[in-house]
Amino acid sequence: MNTQDIIKPENLVASRPRLFTDAITHYCPGCSHGVVHRLVAELIDEMGLTDRTVGIAPVGCAVFAYNYIDVDWVEAAHGRAPAVATAISRLNPENFVFTYQGDGDLSAIGCAETIHAANRGENIVIIFINNAIYGMTGGQMAPTTLLGMKTATCPYGRREDLNGYPLPISNLLAQLDGTCYVTRQAVHTPAAVRTAKKALKHAIENALAKRGTSVVEFVSTCNSGWKMTPAQANDWMAEHMFAKYPLGDLKNRQD
Amino acid sequence: MAKVIGAVVIDTARCKGCELCVVACPTDVLALQPKEVNDRGYHFAYTANPDACIGCASCATVCPDACFTVYRQVIK
Repeated sequence: MNTQDIIKPENLVASRPRLFTDAITHYCPGCSHGVVHRLVAELIDEMGLTDRTVGIAPVGCAVFAYNYIDVDWVEAAHGRAPAVATAISRLNPENFVFTYQGDGDLSAIGCAETIHAANRGENIVIIFINNAIYGMTGGQMAPTTLLGMKTATCPYGRREDLNGYPLPISNLLAQLDGTCYVTRQAVHTPAAVRTAKKALKHAIENALAKRGTSVVEFVSTCNSGWKMTPAQANDWMAEHMFAKYPLGDLKNRQD
Repeated sequence: MAKVIGAVVIDTARCKGCELCVVACPTDVLALQPKEVNDRGYHFAYTANPDACIGCASCATVCPDACFTVYRQVIK
């Protein structure tokens, strides 16, 4: 059978999400952000939330997320996305509100806002991209950088005596009574992407059911910052990152 | 036994040549163009072996730039 005979609308199994704009993303080739953007766009569309979703864009690589997904967005000051999300979800409780933050935004400058928003149990979804480095500013050390990992500001590797230990912020958030669902996912293989989509869907359902704060951490790659090819970065992540940041649900409260 | 055949259409202008689809493809359908580049200078992905495609959509699942449209048909 000819390829042209298969290309028919009734045979379609995967295509570009409807909510994606035509803009070409500014992300580096192979960046995990693109995959997570696609999961967010697909789920908002599938769950029929397009006209009542408000996203909070961070400062970091994902700062231009509002150019790529066609829902309402607010751009927050660095790290303050959970605080802005708190206001929006309290003033418009019928809306679905999510923040989309990197590890520099969420676990460094925005650590206080994140912990307090989660502790108050705001009905929002926090999407956390953890690539263990500050990608946008040129690959500096982040709180989540692994011990021994080389970055622009620790060129001989992170040392615990000088730089402290990597911060597993999702584990901290799972301790709080305000969070209902804390999970850690990755998007390096097709199977992982499908599992991550289910986790993100559960988080969105929690926010709609007003069960409390849901945190979905995506352990991600930054192949430019790590100085690797995208495929090598995925392998390096599976080998090193998952030891410190193991995948799976950290907390799943159903009530 | 029913045979599953697939076809992928790649938006080559959008492709950044990251090679994640090539790694993810279970039947080695995809490859990067060894010499040609797109308008932005990337060696884009193409179907080097289109007959082997089973329409599993693994490429579309891992593509960070949503370049893939995947079709699948079951021949009975």
